[in-house]
Parts: sequence; C-alpha cells; structure tokens
Amino acid sequence: MTSVGQSVLRKEDARLLTGQGRYVDNLGAAGMVWAYIVRSPYAHARIVGVDVSKAREADGVVAAFTGGEIEDAWPGGLPCFWPVSDDIKLVKHLPLATDRVRFVGDGVAVVVAESRAAAKDAAELVEVEYEPLPAVTDVAEAPADGAPQIHDDAPGNVAYTWSLVTGDVDKVFGDAEVTVKERYRQQRLIPAAMEPRGTLCEVSAAGDITVTTSTQGPHILRTAFTLVLGIPEAKVRVIAPDVGGAFGSKLDVYAEDVIAITLARKLGRPVKWIEERSEACVATIHGRDMIQEIELAATADGKITGVRTLLTASMGAYLQAVTPGVPLLGAWLYAGCYDVDAYDFHCTGVFTNTTPTDAYRGAGRPEATYAIERAIEALARKVGRSPVEIRRLNFIDSFPADIASGLQIDSGDYHASLDKALEVLDYDAVLAEQQKRRDAKDTKQLGIGFSTYVEMCGLAPSRILGALRYGAGGWESLSVRVLPTGTVQVMSGTTPHGQGHATTFSQIVADRLGVDVGDVEFLSGDTAVVPTGMDTYGSRSLPVGGVALYYASEKVVEKARKIAAHLLEASEDDLDFEAGRFSVKGSPDRGMTIQETAFAAWAAHNLPEGLEPGLEATFVYDPPNFSWPAGCHIAVVEVDTETGDARLHRYVAIDDVGNVINPMIVDGQVHGGIVQGIAQALWEEAVYDESGNLVTGSLLNYLVPSAAELPSFELDRTVSPSPTNPLGVKGVGETGAIASTPAVVNAVVDALSPYGVTDIDMPTTPERVWRAIEAGRG
Amino acid sequence: MIPSPFEYELADSVEQAVELLGSREGAKVLAGGHSLLPMMRLRIARPSLLVDVGRLHDLSYVREDGDRLLIGALTRYHDLANDPVLQERCGIVAHTASLIGDPQVRHRGTIGGSIAHGDPASDMPAVLLALEAELVVRGPGEERTVAAGDFFRGVFDTALGPQDVLTEIRLPALAGGWSYLKFHRRSQDWATVGVAAVRADGGARVTLTNMGATPLRAAAVEQALADGADPAAAAERAAEGTSPSSDTQGSAEYRRYLVTVLVRRALEEALS
Repeated sequence: MTSVGQSVLRKEDARLLTGQGRYVDNLGAAGMVWAYIVRSPYAHARIVGVDVSKAREADGVVAAFTGGEIEDAWPGGLPCFWPVSDDIKLVKHLPLATDRVRFVGDGVAVVVAESRAAAKDAAELVEVEYEPLPAVTDVAEAPADGAPQIHDDAPGNVAYTWSLVTGDVDKVFGDAEVTVKERYRQQRLIPAAMEPRGTLCEVSAAGDITVTTSTQGPHILRTAFTLVLGIPEAKVRVIAPDVGGAFGSKLDVYAEDVIAITLARKLGRPVKWIEERSEACVATIHGRDMIQEIELAATADGKITGVRTLLTASMGAYLQAVTPGVPLLGAWLYAGCYDVDAYDFHCTGVFTNTTPTDAYRGAGRPEATYAIERAIEALARKVGRSPVEIRRLNFIDSFPADIASGLQIDSGDYHASLDKALEVLDYDAVLAEQQKRRDAKDTKQLGIGFSTYVEMCGLAPSRILGALRYGAGGWESLSVRVLPTGTVQVMSGTTPHGQGHATTFSQIVADRLGVDVGDVEFLSGDTAVVPTGMDTYGSRSLPVGGVALYYASEKVVEKARKIAAHLLEASEDDLDFEAGRFSVKGSPDRGMTIQETAFAAWAAHNLPEGLEPGLEATFVYDPPNFSWPAGCHIAVVEVDTETGDARLHRYVAIDDVGNVINPMIVDGQVHGGIVQGIAQALWEEAVYDESGNLVTGSLLNYLVPSAAELPSFELDRTVSPSPTNPLGVKGVGETGAIASTPAVVNAVVDALSPYGVTDIDMPTTPERVWRAIEAGRG
Repeated sequence: MIPSPFEYELADSVEQAVELLGSREGAKVLAGGHSLLPMMRLRIARPSLLVDVGRLHDLSYVREDGDRLLIGALTRYHDLANDPVLQERCGIVAHTASLIGDPQVRHRGTIGGSIAHGDPASDMPAVLLALEAELVVRGPGEERTVAAGDFFRGVFDTALGPQDVLTEIRLPALAGGWSYLKFHRRSQDWATVGVAAVRADGGARVTLTNMGATPLRAAAVEQALADGADPAAAAERAAEGTSPSSDTQGSAEYRRYLVTVLVRRALEEALS
C-alpha cells in the first residue's frame, strides 16, 4: 500500500506531546552565562550617554557592554538580503544602537551574568540618558511633509519605491463603464509564536562556533553570521532544535544572535539569551501594516478590465532580512483569480518608529488577497450582482494561465471549489435564514462572506528571485541514504518548526523506495548534518524540498537498479521495481530487495565496473514556477447589532492544493492558517500610542484567539495537480491565512449591509461595528 | 517574565500569616497567584515578601448557615462553579466563577485572592456588591466584617490593611432571579463591561464591572426600577455616575453605551 495520500500519524508527536521536545530553553552548556538586553523605552531619541558601571558591579554579573563598546564586532550591521530597487535606502542597522534609538525595544546595552535573574536585575542598573525626539508610528503619516525624520539618509522616510505595470492601464480605466476605488488598512500584527526566540552560542578553544537558535533558517543564518561578523563560514555551525512555531518571524538575522556570538567569543563562555514574552512583542518582527488603495475598472455588468493598486507599506524602523520584499510578494496578486487586461501596482516602503516588519504567514499575499476580495464585493454592490455571480463572471478558467501581472498560474479550477463550497454551506438555506432575520429585524444578524483566493508559493524559481534582486536562490537540497541494514536517512535542507516534515517526507521516500514509513529517519536543522539548504518559508518545504526528495529517491532507485541488474545478471531494462523489490521480468522469483542492494553497495564486494560504493543520492531542485494553490472560503458571522459583537458562526473552506501527501497534516495547516487570518479580521492589532509605546505589548491585550472563540471548520478539497512537479503538489502552509481574512470581513460587512455599511476597518471590534452601525443609521 | 528578588514564607495559620505580613514593609499575601504573579513577572508589583496562604486548606469551603452561605476565601473558582449548594442557592456566584479566565486559571485562582486584589475588571467584586455580601477580615486586632459596599476603594485598593487577611465571604441565599452578563472579546479575557442584577424588593440591585475604579452600584437604574420603570427605561440610566476608562477593549464612550444594553438584558433575565 502506498502511504502518500494517507493520514499517517505524526512521527513527531510522541516525543513532543510527552514533554520530550528539546527547545533552546531546554538546553545548556557547562560554564554558561546569560545575556539580557537593555532596550529603549523611547520610540525615537538621541542617546546622550550609556553607563553600565553599576551593572558591572552587581552580584553575579560577568560583563556589561554599551553598543558603542562592541560595535567593532559588526562593522556592517545587520543585513537586508532584498534590496528591491535602485532607490532603496539600506540604512545602517546595528545590533545595539549607539547614537540614536528608533523604536521602543531598540537595544542599547547588554548585561551578562551567571543567572538569568541576575542579568535582568543588573540591567535595571544600566543608566541611559536619552534626549527624546519626535516620533512617527503611523504608516500614512510617516511620508507626509513635516513628519519626523527617522534616518538622515532616507528623506521623507521613504525606503524605496517599486512598480509593476502591464497593459494600457490609462486606456482601460479611461474606457471603463464602471470603476470602484477602495482604501483598506492592513493593521500591524504580532506573530506571537508559542515559543519566543532564544539562542545559545558556544565557542570552542579552536574558535569553532556553534549557535543553537530558535530559527526557521539555520543555513541562511550560517551565511549571514559570516557576512555580519566576518567569521569564516566553515567555522560556524548553526542548529535549529525543536522550534515552537515561527510564522515567518524566525527567518530573520536578529540582533540577539549576533550579540550572543560576539559575547561568547569575547568572554570565552557559552552565552544564552531567551526572549521574554513582552520582549517578543517588541523585539521580534511584526507583520502587515500598510495602507492599500485599490481601483477596479469594469464593464457595466461587472467584468473587470483593469486593476490599479497603490501601497504604502511600513518597514518599521529598519530593514530586516527581507523587509522590503514582503509587500512585493503580493505584487502579482492584486487581480486575484480574475482575468484582467491591464495591471498597475506601485508600492512605497516607508520607515516608521516601530518594530521592523518582515515576513509573517502569507507575507504580501494575504494583503493582496484581502484587497481584491474586498474590492470585488464593492464592485458587485455597484453593478448589482451577487458575490457569487461577480466571481463566476471574472474567474480565470483555462490553465496554465498567463496572468496580467506577468506570471503563469500552473493549474486550477476556481468554479469547482466555489461550487463545492456553496454545496457544503447549503448556501440557499443560509441566505433564507439571513433574510428571515433581516425581515424580523432580529438583534442578531447573519453575514455571509466569500473569499475565492489564489496565491503563489513554493518559493521560488531562482531566476525570478534574481530578477527581483533577492540575495539568494530558491532551490532546495535533499539527500537520501540507504544504510547497510536497510533503513533510510533523509537529510533535508528545509527544516521544520511545526509542519510535520518528518512524517510527510518519510511518506514520500517510503513510497519511492518501497520501504516502511517507520524505517525512514528524518534529519534536518543542523548545518553539520545537512550542510546545504535554503530553509523553510513561503510554503516551500513540500513543493520545493519534497520534490527534491522525490528526485533524490529516484536517483537512489536508479543506482540500486544498476546494482540489482549486475547481481541478478539481467539488464536494467529487464527489471521491474515494485514494493521495494527488483525482479526480473517474466521470472518474479529472481529478484532482490532494495535493502539487499544497499548492503551490497556498502560491502562493495561485487559492484558494476566504475560504480561508486554506497547507496545515496542528493538532488538540488530549482522549481520552474511557483505553485498556485487556490480555493473558496465562506465565512458566516453572527453580529449582535446592539453590542457590536461579531462572532464566527460557520466557516467553510474548500482548498485546492494539488495532490495531498498527508490529509491530516494538510487539514492541520489549513486550520492554523484560517485561525491566524480570522484573528486579523476579528481580534489582533498591534497598537502604538501617541508617543510610540506599544500598547498591546502582552498577550493580555494583543488578542490571539483560542479554540473557545471559534466554530468547528468545515473543510474539503478539490484537486488540480500541479503540472510543474512529478508529485503534483502545491504549498499549503499559508493558504488559510491568505484566504480567511477577507471572507470574515466581507461577512461582517454583509451582516451590516441593511444599515448601509460598506466598509469597516480590521479588526472588526465590537466598538468599530457599533460605530459603523451608528454611522449607517446616520 | 523574571520577577524582582523577593522573600517567601509559607504560613501555617491565619495568625502566622498576619504576623508574617507585619514582619516587613511591602509584604503581600499569595493565594492562587493568578493576579499577583503576572504583575510580579512584569515587575509592576515588587513585594519584598510573599506570605503564601495556599496551604491553609481549612479556608476552602462552601457552607450553609441558615439563610446565609459562607465561602472560605481560599475556595477556587472551579470549586465554586461546581458546588451544588452554591448552584442551588446562590447560582450567580457559581455561574460567574465559571466565566473567569480559562480552566487553568479557575483551578488555581481563589475568590478571596480576586476580592483582595481589587481589580475593577474582575467579575466577582460586582457580584458580591450586588449580593450585599459581608467580608470577614483577620488582622492584628479583632476579627471584623466589612460590607462589600465599603470594601472596594479604588484600583487595587481595598479596605484591607497591610497585615489583613481576608478569610471568609458571607452571602445571602437567593430566592429570586439573577443575572451576570460578562461582555468580553475572548473567553479568557477580563470583562470589557460586566453587569450583575439580583432581584430585590421593589426591583433589583444592579452592579457594574469595569465602569470605574471600583465595582459600582447602578443607583439610578435601581431607583428607576423602584419608581416603576420597566427594564428598558431603567437601563437607559446605567451609565449615570460611572467613570469608565478607555483602553484597547473599548473607549469610555463605547462602555457607557454598552452598559445600557447589558443592564437591560441582565434585568430582563433577572426579572423574567
């Protein structure tokens, strides 16, 4: 029986669910000391002086440094790998600020002590004199005339401008019978992974450096540490142990890792730093935070002809690893799954006195999907069509599809997922119930919201990344090794932080080699074990790494076939390979298992002339295209029109992610993604006050939802295999977060439509809903 | 998440707890720890000494005493929510306990700890106020009782002196209807606004959570009911005399509006 397509139970769970996970904070080293970072309480200030002398004298303190005392360690500062344009301002970003702080949380000094508590106590003794400067935290205000200037070398706080224009936009809009223009606010979000960040750095007497850190990108970090600190790359080993969630936030090259390495080298002792939760709210990157202006040109009956988008995107105070590129990952998707003739996209990245933004689940694509899925409903209202009709009229319906923004969608069937979603929902019955409540002027009104999304993931074809000025490739490297006794090792360049690689990847290789899933060992997350890789982000593990694994497995089978043919004295073409056994065509008794070929390859007593001993292979796969999952999500919300409380009543999600390796794991990914997207619609918002303090600086008032707030999701799938890879798979890690936000907000707006409401800002808090109703009543 | 340094003592008796509290400035009682410890971890609270009363198991009980109910201050929310006597004779307390925090919080947090903490967003203070409960306090002098109406003085400020330990809560058994409505965005959140209503002679006693520095009696609503107004009309006066704050859960203006909706609904439930 093949295992692909089966909900094989996760190999990871026995260990993780019984408390045997090994996260950074579970680890220690002999002689270890703790670092604690002193952070700015000001959003923008000149540093007049930093005095660490009292901290140095405190009990248990080993050392304390101001930024200025150790800045020689990092001459170039922290890197940005994605200089997206000619006009980009690559402002200097020091791990510890020396002259100016630019957001609440910017580090200014570090204290090292024998215990974590001693380090924190002593940090209170560090005296920093600040001269406060005017600050700007709002993305819309930062580029305005007279706004405080955050970087001397970025006039007007503009980090970059970037455009993508195809077709005759002016003509299309000039000829349009109907246009709609909408302005949406993507509020700032805090990723809030369950495990905050942490790092443990050890330096050997020979100068070899081992950094164990809570990261999505051990390979990226190894290279980055060399670039930042000038350490030979071969001297650096990076380990990602168990990682408790990341959602993009652990992809970065963070100050604390670089500081820990610097301290460990300086002090000759292992240095550990563990982020506190309230620290994580300011020191780990944020997501979203942009203003979107989107304009649709259409015919009188609602056929969209052109899309024009203007983004103003907050970078925060500095450019982290891929900060500038995040809004642009959505640049191709502002027409969504709709067929248009002309396409016009402009983005301005701006600095603000806030925590830097960077990739957060979906990275650019949730924002794009939100804009087009909200705007198409605005168009539907304008031309008097239903949300379903307007979508059917505009769907791309032949594949592969060359889209107006310039890329090619691999496969899909958007009508099929919409059909299925309507059927699962029983749309007519819900519409009838909605009408009944409207007629009865019920306090609790129903709203139905759609999101028919398509996204591009599986990052990414290296040539496209090169064209976009990204600083690395998008390939992935996977190795398969059959050990002498027949069990199989997978060495993966993509490393998990909750995705279930060990299970899914075992299923892929087990089927190719005809071995049991339980006989596959999955290795990753340590640059000494897996030296090359491009790590985990952008829903790439399966459509890039999984495909590399497929091909590596095929190479192993081909080598085993040579060995089997030699030993069975048959030609390779005469061998069948089924269920892990080679046999001679026509004489099924004459055969040998792949395990037997592995032993023969290891013993190497009798191999074909010129064949290397051993049975292993590596494949580095560079995808020819992105993968393009799509689907239809429908949210039904119930709004208490007196209190403004909007609750999710039902949620139907029909996703088309191509072929599915493990349905249970895919459902889990979809569940988690949907909740994160719903959270943006209903609960989460990072709020800064007038002086630039993060008001929502803890999980008390940054409202991450729990299962108690949500209904059971109704999931199903349609399947359009991707023709670009032999597994037919697409990415799934971000789809839920991309699809769900506009579905929920469209539903809230729909519920309030009897009151004349056509828009509401996210999150749709009870107060915002109440105010929208009051305004609608006029 | 690392508190400032502090000393720790485990009390074997209420008397010893009182004595320990007097042994130095800035000592605090530790019960379930679900209000105090988070503040310590944020270094908002920096007690010099924690006097742990968590082992005083004889302060955990619900007892009937004629037409009164006695609740030990160390009784946990979970036990209150599931106590059959309380459910039967003073259901508002059991129900409200079931709305507090999440299961983990309800298994650790105590009614006395919450009352003594004096957080205006806590649910139980308003309920005790509506019930006109009496709070039993032991300190360096004689045991004394304080009416709920005199107990809450400001944000985190109560009638408890530095050496006082709250030991018991005394409630009337309820004959008539009641309601506690907690409006919050996530199930584990504090109330944006909460409303307690208890049927009483000539109308109802109505109290409010998180509409000021302390739990408040909605006196204007109670008066309107006494004067014969129906719940809807009486509820329109719910914001009178309140001074809610503005925060990320809602502005003061929204709270003043929201409380009128919740009071109407609570009255409809309590008086139906």
